[in-house]
Amino acid sequence: MFDWVQQFADWLVYEQFGLVKGEHLAEALNFFFYDSIKILLLLFIVIFFMGIVNSYFPVEKVRNFLSRNKLYGTEYLMASLFGVVTPFCSCSSVPLFIGFVRGGIPLGVTFAFLITSPLVNEVAIGLFIGLFGLKTTIIYVISGVILGMTAGIILSKFRLERFLTPWVKEVLANAQKESEAFEAEQTPFRQRLPIIWAEVLNILRGVIPYVIVGIAIGGLMHGYIPEGFFEQYMNKENPFAVPIATILAVPMYSNASGILPVAQVLVSKGIPLGTAIAFMMGVVGLSIPEAMLLKKVMSLKLIGIFFGVVTLCIIVSGYVFNMIF
Amino acid sequence: MKEIKILGTGCPKCKQTTSMVEKAVEELGLTNVTIEKVEDIMKIMEYNVISTPAVVIDGDIKIKGRVPSVPELKELLQ
Repeated sequence: MFDWVQQFADWLVYEQFGLVKGEHLAEALNFFFYDSIKILLLLFIVIFFMGIVNSYFPVEKVRNFLSRNKLYGTEYLMASLFGVVTPFCSCSSVPLFIGFVRGGIPLGVTFAFLITSPLVNEVAIGLFIGLFGLKTTIIYVISGVILGMTAGIILSKFRLERFLTPWVKEVLANAQKESEAFEAEQTPFRQRLPIIWAEVLNILRGVIPYVIVGIAIGGLMHGYIPEGFFEQYMNKENPFAVPIATILAVPMYSNASGILPVAQVLVSKGIPLGTAIAFMMGVVGLSIPEAMLLKKVMSLKLIGIFFGVVTLCIIVSGYVFNMIF
Repeated sequence: MKEIKILGTGCPKCKQTTSMVEKAVEELGLTNVTIEKVEDIMKIMEYNVISTPAVVIDGDIKIKGRVPSVPELKELLQ
């Protein structure tokens, strides 16, 4: 599918720039052009597709679905699955949290959604397909869904309502099943398109600088670091690699789109995929800014428990990945 | 007299929305308009929105969960 991009990169670097195939600079540049074009195209496709899905299935519908239907234990899975198709900006996490709680959705289910939504988002999926291929992406998405579900179920066992801030407890006490019908928007696709389009451009504009810088760094490393370089330091036998990678990743945030391309090069140079994925999940899924926002609705203790449980789940999935691959 | 409220907890998208609204108002040359930024989460929740930023015009939620475009806002304000 992307042969033509490779041909273009070859043509540009070897013929137009006159660089010799096999040289460090030539290989780094070739990698940079090939990866940038391919990844931006994939990002565009995935973000556009998700934009269409989301236009017909916004978060309000998700909330009403979870709030109204008896789901017999599948609500954690459903919430986690909805998290995949609903884009999420960490600045929405508080209103979303309150909205869910007010709709009578249990805390654990709300957490399942809050965990999966940033972890498996359109930008991460687009980058993953471009960098690691479809198979790894599918595995990533499935493990993200399972992770959100599992962490939600674990968190539900803690009786966390105690640790909410007082005004949220009040909201909780007055929770009711959402009765208002979702205003059935009968907007035709033709009218939705400009709005979806604007949103696609908006997201792309936000991530492109990070992606380009990430790929540039990746390209340099690709050309200059020898194959298998990291194997001696971070091989599968090192039991601490996964937890260290995860804990380093948790505080990082907005540069997720820049970190993925670098992580891909690290994997190609010998870092085990599970360790890299744990790192990426830590970057994408949890962040300090998110914790600061959540302080408005949760006590520090609850945020600690929340982050702790998710971090543990990420570490476990890192180990599982390393066992599979 | 139009009353525009922008609901958002101060994230980049909310600031973008505010500048879009200001631009739309300016381009339309509207004078009898109030623009208010609502950043307090408890007040935001009174509007029952769960995705921000949101734009409220005369008490009606017109836009939620995304940054609107200037032409779109102009249409809503006319």
